[in-house]
Amino acid sequence: MPVYSEKVMDHFMHPRNVGEIENADGIGEEGNPVCGDMMTFYIKVKDNRLEDVKFKTFGCGAAIAVSSMVSEMAKGKTLDEALKITPASVAEELQGLPKNKYHCSNLGAQALHKAIEDYLSKQKAQGDKKA
Amino acid sequence: MRKVYLDNAATTPLLPEVREAMMPFLSEVFGNPSSLHDWGDTARQAVDAAREQVAELIGANAEELIFTGSGTESNNFAIKGLALAQQSKGKHVVVSAIEHFSVLHSAKTLEKWGFEITEVPVDKYGVVNPDDVRKSVRKDTVLISVMHANGEVGNIEPIKEIAGIAKEAKVVFHTDAIATAGTIPVDVKELGVDALSLAGNQFYGPKGVGALWVRRGVRIIPLLDGGVQEGGRRAGTENVPAIVGLGKAAELAKANMPARIKQLTPLRDRLLKELPASIEHVIVTGHPQNRLPGHASFCVQFIEGESMLMFLNMEGIAVSSGSACTSRALKASHVLIAMGISHELAQGSLLCTFGLDSTGEDVDYMVKVLPPIVDRLRQMSPLYSKFIKASKGGK
Repeated sequence: MPVYSEKVMDHFMHPRNVGEIENADGIGEEGNPVCGDMMTFYIKVKDNRLEDVKFKTFGCGAAIAVSSMVSEMAKGKTLDEALKITPASVAEELQGLPKNKYHCSNLGAQALHKAIEDYLSKQKAQGDKKA
Repeated sequence: MRKVYLDNAATTPLLPEVREAMMPFLSEVFGNPSSLHDWGDTARQAVDAAREQVAELIGANAEELIFTGSGTESNNFAIKGLALAQQSKGKHVVVSAIEHFSVLHSAKTLEKWGFEITEVPVDKYGVVNPDDVRKSVRKDTVLISVMHANGEVGNIEPIKEIAGIAKEAKVVFHTDAIATAGTIPVDVKELGVDALSLAGNQFYGPKGVGALWVRRGVRIIPLLDGGVQEGGRRAGTENVPAIVGLGKAAELAKANMPARIKQLTPLRDRLLKELPASIEHVIVTGHPQNRLPGHASFCVQFIEGESMLMFLNMEGIAVSSGSACTSRALKASHVLIAMGISHELAQGSLLCTFGLDSTGEDVDYMVKVLPPIVDRLRQMSPLYSKFIKASKGGK
């Protein structure tokens, strides 16, 4: 087994916020099955805050723990705050990740950012329509 | 908690009889086999006796056998040593696409040294077509290497036919028999090969010891220079306890092979049948019948191997996977990819290999424990939800 921190094992065994959000305000996908990990994030936004965050992940123990941690970190935050979540801050919250897992599995922050960007571009499109 | 070891392809445990045979050589019998006194004589006699035992296992002459430090060393030695010995004749080497990395990476090194390598493909079961080997042989081909069986997908290769082709073409033929020697009958004369690798930890012997058999008259360049141990072909003071253990393991394997095969085969066949029957979207990898007796391998769709391994480990079950995440190189198994399996499916690779401690209850336990783990991971998998949505949409 890879040497995972207690925190990683906890999030791997009891991942928070697994699932999809119907009529999500934004969806972001990162990774692909070739490299081994793939994550999809769903967000619900209210008053510029992430009211709900859910994810689905295909991948190793680290990938699942990363997704779970990102969802927990992001929930309730403003969009700007959530955009400041980085792979490094996620790894830190997880008490570190094995070196070889850092790049391939630590895609949660990017997937979340993509979901936020998806939301923002939809907002913009709507705004454009109204105008 | 129940402990179920289903990773005998990684290593078998050491048999108590083998350990007992080794013990004196870890204590009072410590002499160097090269020394010219009683201490040395006793050690040398033990090494010679082990050489006879291993030779007996593969139907070879003892003096044609070279002890090495591992199966990997045996393969490195064979590929580099046999090719280098013949480089004045030509610089072309043929290997199969599913060889172990100790063969494939040795071939890569030969490439850096100016050799050309041809990789022969395999079919969907991982089986080499002897005709493809025939077609790949050129005037300057000096070595062909195809493994006897693949440790990852369990299929047994048509070595006798390929050896016939090599003989016809007058090309030296090596087979990596690390997965087969000590497990199924291996006879160098019957197979018609020129060189053969084996390793102790694949048949209840110790780790850190292997052997390379090279037919008399076939030249090989040593990897290690130094003293005249192993007939000058592998310098370095012999690992006497490990060699004695390898010898004992070979003797036991030879004597008990039919009984072992009879024990392992039904366990394998049950798991090959029951796992795909109890979990949807599971495929068997490798040949369904023509495979190693204790070897059951699968791909579980929509999920990744490492997370499966971790949950199984928590339930006390030890297995392997060829997924990218489980490999240090972070690449999906080259064997599965060569068989035409998609990267996505290869990520769900699962390898269960039975051993002498395995029982029918182990199969029951695996079949009981795995489905909820797979279900749990699929509930988390974006690939699975895409699949479900697509199949609903199709209806």
